[in-house]
Amino acid sequence: MSAWFEPRRDERVAAGGPACTRREALRFMCATLLASGMFPWPGTRAAENDAVAFGSGSLEGALRALGAALDPSPRVRLTVPDFVENGAVVPVEVSSELPGSQTLFVFSEANPFPLVARFFVPEGTDPYVSTRIKVAESCNIYALVQAEGRFFSAVKSTTVTVGGCGNG
Amino acid sequence: MAEPMRIRAQLKDGVTEVHVLMPHPMETGFRKDEAGRPIGAHYITDVQISLDGRTVLGATLSRAVSQDPLLYFRIQGGRADQTLRVDWIDTLGERRTDEAKIF
Repeated sequence: MSAWFEPRRDERVAAGGPACTRREALRFMCATLLASGMFPWPGTRAAENDAVAFGSGSLEGALRALGAALDPSPRVRLTVPDFVENGAVVPVEVSSELPGSQTLFVFSEANPFPLVARFFVPEGTDPYVSTRIKVAESCNIYALVQAEGRFFSAVKSTTVTVGGCGNG
Repeated sequence: MAEPMRIRAQLKDGVTEVHVLMPHPMETGFRKDEAGRPIGAHYITDVQISLDGRTVLGATLSRAVSQDPLLYFRIQGGRADQTLRVDWIDTLGERRTDEAKIF
């Protein structure tokens, strides 16, 4: 631990010096704080929350991991068919009229892992995305938009004849 | 190695409409093969799309995105000679990059 310019601890103590210098104490405290995860390096926490959100088995758990809550807004648009025969291919369209819309999320409530996808929309790209998802059974589909640090949502229920998860 | 993507970037009234189709099994890990053995999860997790080096869409996908993921989105502006580049990486560490010019 000690750098080349510091005297070795045993030599220092033998010479009557302190058992623990301020430098050592600070280094120990910093290392402990970092290791405790209370003040991690920037970036690590976001990545971990991501993994927790995508790995969550419930809509509530995924929202909690994202630090989000459902807040219905007419300026978030979600287009999903009312009836779908094949749950393995469900067209979904999300768009937002909220200024500063930065991230769009799609959730399928009854899926084993409800968070389906997240889209990062930089400036210059319309806050709009269209894709196809798997829906396990008839349930609510949610769109969540993060705009200027706040979350807004929209919901739409869909009825699925054949679920999109198993061998069906 | 996965099949090449199909990318279409079309400039229409000052807006570039982008369609990307990424051939991929997107296996959830919940299915079983004919002998009843589970099929391992294998799906695209991250997609980066850039236009002449500037990110225009980032996507994090889960196993619940349909087989052969399809993305459609719109970019403000764009010029006919710009190159759209799509990169993806999946759960097995496979990657693929394809490019297309705006027309």
